Formats: sequence, C-alpha cells, structure tokens
Amino acid sequence: MAKLEYAPAPESRAVVEIRSSYGLFIGGEFVDSQGGGAFPSINPATEEVLADVTDASAADVDRAVRAARAAYRGVWGRMAGADRGKYLFRIARILQERAREFAVLETLDNGKPIKESRDVDIPLAAAHFFYHAGWADKLAYAGLGVAPQPVGVVGQVIPWNFPLLMLSWKIAPALACGNTVVLKPAETTSLTALLFAEVCQQADLPPGVVNIVTGAGATGQALVEHPGVDKVAFTGSTEVGKAIARSIAGTRKRATLELGGKAANIVFDDAAIDEAVTGIVNGIFFNQGHVCCAGSRLLVQEPVADELIRKLKRRLATIRVGDPLDKNTDLGAINSAVQLARVRELSDIGEAEGAQRWSLPCDLPPQGFWFPPTIFTDVAQSSRIAQEEVFGPVLSVLTFRTPQEAVAKANNTPYGLSAGIWTEKGSRILWMADQLRAGVVWANTFNKFDPTSPFGGYKQSGYGREGGRHGLEAYVTAGDLG
Amino acid sequence: MSPTATRGPTPGTSASQANSRVDVRKTYKLYIGGAFPRSESGRSYAVHGAGGRGTPRFLANAAQGSRKDARDAVVAARGAVTGWAGATAYNRGQVLYRVAEVMEGRADQFAGEVAAAEGLTTARARVVVSAAIDRWVWYAGWTDKVAQVLGAVNPVAGPFFDISAPEPTGVVAVLAPQASSLLGLVSVVAPAIATGNTVVVVASELRPLPAVALAEALATSDVPGGVVNILTGVTAEMAPWLASHRDVNAIDLAGAANATGVSWGDLEAAGAENLKRVLRPAGTGTVAVEPDWTLTPDLSRIRAFLETKTVWHPKGR
Repeated sequence: MAKLEYAPAPESRAVVEIRSSYGLFIGGEFVDSQGGGAFPSINPATEEVLADVTDASAADVDRAVRAARAAYRGVWGRMAGADRGKYLFRIARILQERAREFAVLETLDNGKPIKESRDVDIPLAAAHFFYHAGWADKLAYAGLGVAPQPVGVVGQVIPWNFPLLMLSWKIAPALACGNTVVLKPAETTSLTALLFAEVCQQADLPPGVVNIVTGAGATGQALVEHPGVDKVAFTGSTEVGKAIARSIAGTRKRATLELGGKAANIVFDDAAIDEAVTGIVNGIFFNQGHVCCAGSRLLVQEPVADELIRKLKRRLATIRVGDPLDKNTDLGAINSAVQLARVRELSDIGEAEGAQRWSLPCDLPPQGFWFPPTIFTDVAQSSRIAQEEVFGPVLSVLTFRTPQEAVAKANNTPYGLSAGIWTEKGSRILWMADQLRAGVVWANTFNKFDPTSPFGGYKQSGYGREGGRHGLEAYVTAGDLG
Repeated sequence: MSPTATRGPTPGTSASQANSRVDVRKTYKLYIGGAFPRSESGRSYAVHGAGGRGTPRFLANAAQGSRKDARDAVVAARGAVTGWAGATAYNRGQVLYRVAEVMEGRADQFAGEVAAAEGLTTARARVVVSAAIDRWVWYAGWTDKVAQVLGAVNPVAGPFFDISAPEPTGVVAVLAPQASSLLGLVSVVAPAIATGNTVVVVASELRPLPAVALAEALATSDVPGGVVNILTGVTAEMAPWLASHRDVNAIDLAGAANATGVSWGDLEAAGAENLKRVLRPAGTGTVAVEPDWTLTPDLSRIRAFLETKTVWHPKGR
C-alpha cells in the first residue's frame, strides 16, 4: 500500500511567546538563582535553542522549600477545602483556555507530535486538575480516615516524556489534599512547567503553594534530600528510584515512585487482529515509545505470529515520521541526543544478540534526533532488548503457545507496570488479568489514561498509585488512616 | 490458677515446684514450609523468663535460626504464594477463623507461655491471649471485604469499563515485635496473610517461645504449609538477609524497635535494592518504638502489603 501524500500542515508557533531566559518560580514570582548556572533548552526536532533555563543550586532548592513551608503553615494547610478546590478549578480552566499555547510549547520543547500534545497531554493535564479540585473538600469521604491531614511540603521530580501531564499528576492531588509543592521538571523539558507558573499567577494561587525549580540530577537530589521535604514523589528511571528509596531510608519521609516498565502486549490467536495491530502501534509508537508503560514486548500466539507481523509492517508503512508541529505527523523526535544514543545502543545490542531488525524505510530530517519505527523479531527471552527499557520506538516480538507460557514470559522481568491482552474470549481476559503482575492491564486496548483511574506499578516499577481515590493516599497523613 | 495447672507443658516448670511427676518438656523448633526443623546451623540459644527478681529463670533452648534458615523460609513462602493468593477470600477468612478456634482451645497453654515469656500474671496473660484470638477473628472477617472497601470502579471519560482491585504484594518478611510476644506477633502476621501474602517471621528474640506455640497452632489449623514461616533466633543476624533478599517483596520493621543491634534505616536501605515495600516501625525520627498492640487496629497494616491493579476494557456493541 503506497503512502498517501499529504501537504505539510504545520501548526503555527505564533501562539507561543518564549522568553530568552527563565529564572526560578519561588514564592509566587520569578527570581534569579543564587549561585546556580544556566543551560539551554533545545527543540529536539531542530536542535534550535529555545531558551536558557536556570540550573538551580542547593541554595535555590532550600529557598523554594522554605517558601513552600511558609505557604503551608500560613495559608494553604489551613485553608478550607472548598477554597483550595476553587483554585484548582481555576487552574483547570486556565489550562483549557491556553491549551493550544501549551500544546505548541510542549511539542517544541519535547519533540512529540502536535496531535498528541494537543489531544492527549494538555486535555488530560487540565482534566487532572478538574478531577482533583472536586476532592479538596471531600477528603473525609475518600476512605482515608475521618479527618485526613496533609503531609506538608512535597518534593516532586518528573520526567521529560509527558512534561505538563506529569506535572499535573503530581501537583493536582498534592494541592487538593492541602500540601504545598516544590517541583523539578526534567532538564530537557522545563518550558511548560515554567509556563504553568504563569498559570498559577493568573489564578492568584497564594505565593509559595507551587514552586518550580529547574535543573538536572543534582537539583533533584538536593530537593529529595532536603530535610524540609516531608514527602517525595518521583517519576523516572528505576535506577534513580532506588537511589531515592535509599536516601530516605531511616527517615520519616514518605515516597511514591513511578518507575520503569517493560510491558508485555499479549495477542492470542482469536484476537481481532486488525484492532490488535492498531493497539500494538499505539502501545509502542505513541510518544516515540517514550512511555514507561509502553507495550515494548509483543507476545504473539504462534498460529497468528506471521500474519500479525506482516500486517504490523504494512501498518507501519503508513506512519509519518517528521516535523512534530505538522498535524499529520505520527512519530516525532527523540527527546535528546542522550536518549537517541541509548536507543541506538540497545538496538545494536539487540542485533548483536541475534534478533532480526526491521526498520521503517523513511527519510529522517537532517537536524534533530530521530529514530525510525523498528521491530525486532526472533528475540530471545534473555536478550537485553527483551529485558531492559529501551524507551524508544523499538518493539521486540516474542511468541508463545499456551496462556500459561504467555503469563510466565510476561511476568519474567523485574518490572510490573503495565500489560496488554488481546483476545475475544472474556473469561481468558479475566484469568490473564489475574495472573499478570502489573499495576495496569489494558484488555483489547492500550495506553489509556484517566484522572479517575489509579496508575502505578508492581515490583521494581515502583510503589504508590497516582490518580483516582487511590492516588490521594500518598498525600494525606497516615496518622488516622482508616 | 498456677501455671502448672495449665493443660500444656509450661516452660521452666520444674518437678519439685508442683507435684511429683517429672514433666515432659517441649523442644522449640523453627517452622518452615509447614514442618518443624531445627536450625540447619545446629545452634540453639537459652531463653529466659522476663520480669521477676533475681536470676532470670531458664525456660528452654530455642533454635537459633541462620541465614540459610531464612533463605529456606523465603523459598517456602514463595512456593506458597500462588495457592494462598489464589484461594478465595471466603476460604482465607475461614482459615484465619480456624486459627482463632484452635488457639481458643489451647488458651491455657498460650497463657502459660505468655506469662512466662513476658513476666505477666496468668490472669493478665489470659487477657493478652484473648486479645490475640480476637485479632485473628477481626482479620478473618476482613479477607472478603478488603476488595470492596479498597477497590473501585473508575468513571473514566470514555467508553471503557475500568476497575481497580487490591492484590497481595507477595512474600513479606516480618520482624515481629520484641516485647509483645503473642498479641504483637498476631497483630503483624494476620493482616499480611489475610489478603493472600505469605510471610517469613522473625520472632521476638528474647521471647520466642509463644511464637513457636503459635506455629504449632497454625500447623494444626488449615493454614497451608509455607504461608507462615517462623524463625527464632537473633534478629540482628537474620533481618539483614531478609531485607536484602531479592525474592522478598516487602518488609515489616515493627520488630526493629528495641531489637539489639538492629538499625531499621539500614534494613530499609537494603530493601531499596529491589524496591521492597517497607512498613516502618512506629515512632518519630530515627527512634523506633513498639506500639500498644491492645489498641483496636485499622487498615494500615493491610494496606501496607497490597498492590492495586487497574484493568481496562472497551465497551461496545
């Protein structure tokens, strides 16, 4: 099937005004760093420098934590829940009003296709604030004791794959429960967090309730280890998650960790194959595969393996890789040179370990960081591309014969974040869902997210849940936890 | 009632104390996989009664569990997970209730053990035993209610059925409380196994004998072998191996309070290597204290060893 030709349909970037440099958002205003440097935030699709961002120092982090503490003691921790809720409703509305601006900025800074930032990231971020706004005065009904109390100051560190969405997953429940926050966005994707600071200003959110400190790993470590932080919320790699778990050991700091994954997407021979193909593509190529719950291991029942792979390759031939701002683009840029190097390295290792590599023949832009959609077949269970998180548009295909074998292979990783099941047999779906050691199981669908739906992993994918009633648990004190 | 009038043999009771019959004393062993082995290390240690004046009264020699015993216990616990987690909640509830029934029948024996271990009067020990039995009954009633109380149907914004339900974490290492040798022990074991976890328990170091008596009650209840494994010995020796064990999913550090040579922070840090779920000891700052186990429990110990699984499915005609 020949690819249909589309004329370029770029989204205008005129809606976004990017400053040449950004300070830190502490105590309700943008301030200069005390002793910290700066680094450029670039567009990964063009390598163009978008802005200079502050590399916050330990002194900056300390200042932000103090501002958060003052706001917690002085206003937010004692404010009526209904009033907290109104601020969160305001934020949700402003995010909706400025949605296009956020979507374009997210795509510029992250490299993800505009249709994903526009249709997924930003609407879901607004929805998270709207959902949690309603909880603020109803916490007594959440099954967390009769009078749940806030934890205090929360230090939050988020990744670069869904910058604003992860910010909303962190900030919305924290604020709803009466906590104040210091949030550090990922160093390659700070800009929408800094734009969010303006939203806080427009909403007249009391100063210090939300503080944004930009920087790299050292800034995050200073935040996590700051003695004034009562709770840590982290989304990112399992390696850093373990370091955080070690650093808070022996203290009374609490933590929720949402870490890596190596999800199995399991297709049985009775599945609706065309729907499964769509689900597989969505599972691994959504957001360039920069998704912790990506369906990066396809497990196919043997009788349909050849047919499925054939149809999958045919479907992939229609994927458009290129300008993330183009409304027709399916696959955007890899977020950074570092990440591209890792995707390349693991793919080379996959080949060296004997797997068959197939990449979509496509023209990649000369500038920026790009990797074509890639499928590995004949992948050994022990291969590194079957065990490690690639975090890129790379799918490993393995086969199985019986449901028991599918379960054994699916569960055979240190991770346990998500899994997919494709079959028309209802009883098998429910049996499989029981057997899979994963926090989220998508049956006959994949990569669905909602503010009401708890998300989080088993085993080394971390602990704690985000979203839904369950997500509130991390942000209230255990004192009289029912 | 004097301890010697109890039905079971009471530790430390000497022939000259009560009547002319030379009593038959018990060998206190480990409880692993439903069997009662001695420590593979061949070691034992002398256990003395608490309280009282003068020289502590010798009660018995308990098995001194080793690193290998702990590892064997983890293997037994892992092997029991599938069956126990897969049992119906109704079934687990009946099994936990059965433990209460069996203990009730041996209440005098348990009272004697607790009185000797903790230096309580028999009357006081009976109150403690009653509370321990009632705790099994309380948790037995929770097994088939947890999913409804902690689960949810999630009203997602789309044509999907979306449900969240709790599941057991897996193998839980439990440091049992050091002071409360029976009520504290039951208070940490019952909530972990009620939801389908299996446990490896390090009993109170200085008061291990009631734990062995509990093991004997468990063995004659309907609790499958391997669901509860009990090690006696030195907490500081065995706890680090459990905390760092890659096939242990979670650890309850209650018994770190007042355990000689045990740093709960070090154990928590060791657990970070495979991201164990950690239930910290009560207390503030680095100080660990043993809570008042007579207080009515809440759901916190159940919650600590649960995962939440969310399942999505599209709706359509």
